[in-house]
Amino acid sequence: MTTRLVGQDSSDRGGIGADSETNTTLSVNDLKVHFPISSGFLIRRQTGAVKAVDGVSFDVAPGETLGLVGESGSGKTTTGRAILQLQRPTSGSVQFRGVELTAVSAKQMRPFRSEMQIIFQDPYGSLNPRMSAGQIVGEPLTVHGLAGDKNQRRDRVAELLERVGMNPAMIGRYPHEFSGGQRQRIGIARALAGEPSFIVCDEPVSALDVSIQAQILNLLTDLQAEFNISYLFIAHDLSVVRHISDRVAVMYLGKIMELASSEDLYENPTHPYTRALMSAVPIPDPILERRRERIVLAGDIPSPINPPSGCVFRTRCPIATEECAEVVPELIDRGNRHQVACIKV
Amino acid sequence: MTPDLPTAKAGSTHLLEVRNLATRFATSGGYVQAVDGVSFHIDEGEILGLVGESGCGKSVTSLSVMRLIPNPPGEITDGEVLFEGTDLRQISEQEMRRVRGGSIGMIFQEPMTSLNPVLTVGRQITEAFEIHLDLKGRAARDRAVEILNRVGLPDPSKKFDDYPHQLSGGQRQRAMIAMAISCNPRLLIADEATTALDVTIQAQILELLQSLCDEFKMALLIITHNLGVVARYAQRVAVMYAGKIIESGTADEIYAAPQHPYTTGLLSSVPRLDASARDRLESIEGEIPDLANLPAGCAFEPRCRWAVDRCGIESPVQLPVRLSQGRLAEGTVHQVACWESENIAAGTALEKQPS
Ligand SMILES: Nc1ncnc2c1ncn2[C@@H]1O[C@H](COP(=O)(O)OP(=O)(O)OP(=O)(O)O)[C@@H](O)[C@H]1O
Ligand SMILES: Nc1ncnc2c1ncn2[C@@H]1O[C@H](COP(=O)(O)OP(=O)(O)OP(=O)(O)O)[C@@H](O)[C@H]1O
Ligand SMILES: [Mg+2]
Ligand SMILES: [Mg+2]
Repeated sequence: MTTRLVGQDSSDRGGIGADSETNTTLSVNDLKVHFPISSGFLIRRQTGAVKAVDGVSFDVAPGETLGLVGESGSGKTTTGRAILQLQRPTSGSVQFRGVELTAVSAKQMRPFRSEMQIIFQDPYGSLNPRMSAGQIVGEPLTVHGLAGDKNQRRDRVAELLERVGMNPAMIGRYPHEFSGGQRQRIGIARALAGEPSFIVCDEPVSALDVSIQAQILNLLTDLQAEFNISYLFIAHDLSVVRHISDRVAVMYLGKIMELASSEDLYENPTHPYTRALMSAVPIPDPILERRRERIVLAGDIPSPINPPSGCVFRTRCPIATEECAEVVPELIDRGNRHQVACIKV
Repeated sequence: MTPDLPTAKAGSTHLLEVRNLATRFATSGGYVQAVDGVSFHIDEGEILGLVGESGCGKSVTSLSVMRLIPNPPGEITDGEVLFEGTDLRQISEQEMRRVRGGSIGMIFQEPMTSLNPVLTVGRQITEAFEIHLDLKGRAARDRAVEILNRVGLPDPSKKFDDYPHQLSGGQRQRAMIAMAISCNPRLLIADEATTALDVTIQAQILELLQSLCDEFKMALLIITHNLGVVARYAQRVAVMYAGKIIESGTADEIYAAPQHPYTTGLLSSVPRLDASARDRLESIEGEIPDLANLPAGCAFEPRCRWAVDRCGIESPVQLPVRLSQGRLAEGTVHQVACWESENIAAGTALEKQPS
């Protein structure tokens, strides 16, 4: 956080609901997304719920990257989608530059759709195969009325492609003619077209080879510095998340277990889940690896339909006691904005 | 070509020794030389990591060892695959079937291709027991349940009777791992075996495989793009690029002093858990070449900042890494295929100007 340029007044974007008083781009409070499960043949009724996101709170400052890390099914994607109102939350609050998005109608969401963007893991699946690179990148310009005439639009598309490191001569090519890394660049150019101040990056580099992954991570870092964009960076790879994020939230079964600055989390992991997760991530250094502590967790992540009572991590936790089955641990600030949800540490 | 290598003619002192393996595919764009003169070996109880980015030929190498290359369009055109001294390329298909799933186990990159959808998980394991170990009935069932338990499948005696589609992705992957180790293989080939799994499950599985190497002297070939996994578990490493092994050696040598510019680039591209955040990653420019249209000379030349004229003309051969005085380090197994590696190491190479 210290070396970053933050706090630039967002009102110069001329955006909606710009609130120069608050220094948060996004504020999420006790967010819940429960997917109903119904059964019955003739009369369907709700018999339970998948608690995909179950009481999540965090803030994102302008120009800041908040990393969201957790294992498969922990609720990362659902959190991202609920923030963008692509999935309406069951309860809780999502404030974007002071505007309560959960209270905004689908129609009123329109201007926010250009300011808040999303980049997906699978660039192939998320790009329309029948549209050329130029059409894909240009579409948001038309939809949000951001480009004047045809020529201006064309120039802007070329400029965007160039900005993400692609040759504008490729404007007429189709998704299948590009490599995975190039497709991800197109997805980023499309997101940039809306001149966003906030982007949900949902596993943007997970499908890429390491040499290409590094190119894309560097690109995202450069774009953020240039345009002061806030990122919610979702990934299951802790090394990637540490690299790109200012602060990191660790999720497990729909809840945040620990949230701290990137440095602090890695120097001083406190929650037993964070510690186990970190020790499971191998470091590309064999000599160092021989000295590292290895905490191997037993078993699987429980089902979010019937999460364990009390602390959801207790069934795999090496230090859990009976008390952990009764008390739902709150995410408490231990100083220095380092928040931990555990009654044992 | 490689003067410092032992030149034993027939037979091999290693559990598995692959010599000069070449495999290609006929495609509409011409031949794809997926594996191009690959040599490596593994000893009992040893873990070898085969690393490289997507499409460099890792899976085709392992499928060639197992003689599972679809023909057509694929074809093994050259090389020897010596397993316990026998060239697997020379034995009958019937004999090969006894090797597969018996003395060599394999975990495939695509789980659904190797699980039979109409047989229960348990039946697939006990079937292998009948073929390879002559074990049947109750004893076979008990043993299968025990193995399912060892790979961390919850409720193993119930899962024994489940069909593959009833398991989650991660559970299916673990069932496959159980099948691969069920007949106590001498060698296990694990092709991206844990890539799709969560890190905590990956750690469970890899710790189990490592314990099999320690306890039963099983040899393990870990195929992965994850440089961290290899650093943690492998004693030796081979790095592939465009169908060739471009560098090999002990893990300590390769990670501490990589000699090939591609290996160096790969290692500095990876974000490390222990690195301070926000350091800029060194990335390798450009992308992997099309294997059907390889450039002349070194396949890495178009992306290499140290390339000289020779690199675009003549394909580099693997040579032992020498100390600065030109001597071989004692006991070294470190080899590299790069014309400029000695100049790079000595600091006398010239950086190519970006065009
Ligand atoms: N539309 C839906 N209906 C029912 N359940 C859902 C739906 N979407 C997600 N879920 C469930 O919610 C939980 C959280 O899913 P989510 O995709 O948010 O996880 P994730 O952390 O993004 O996982 P991954 O790392 O695998 O992408 C999972 O158990 C998932 O099966
Ligand atoms: N059946 C096939 N027909 C044509 N080409 C093939 C076939 N199988 C593999 N190839 C080609 O051979 C090359 C090597 O593929 P291989 O699967 O061995 O790569 P890999 O290193 O295992 O990559 P990954 O990390 O993505 O698994 C690739 O260019 C691939 O397209
Ligand atoms: Mg997800
Ligand atoms: Mg492969």
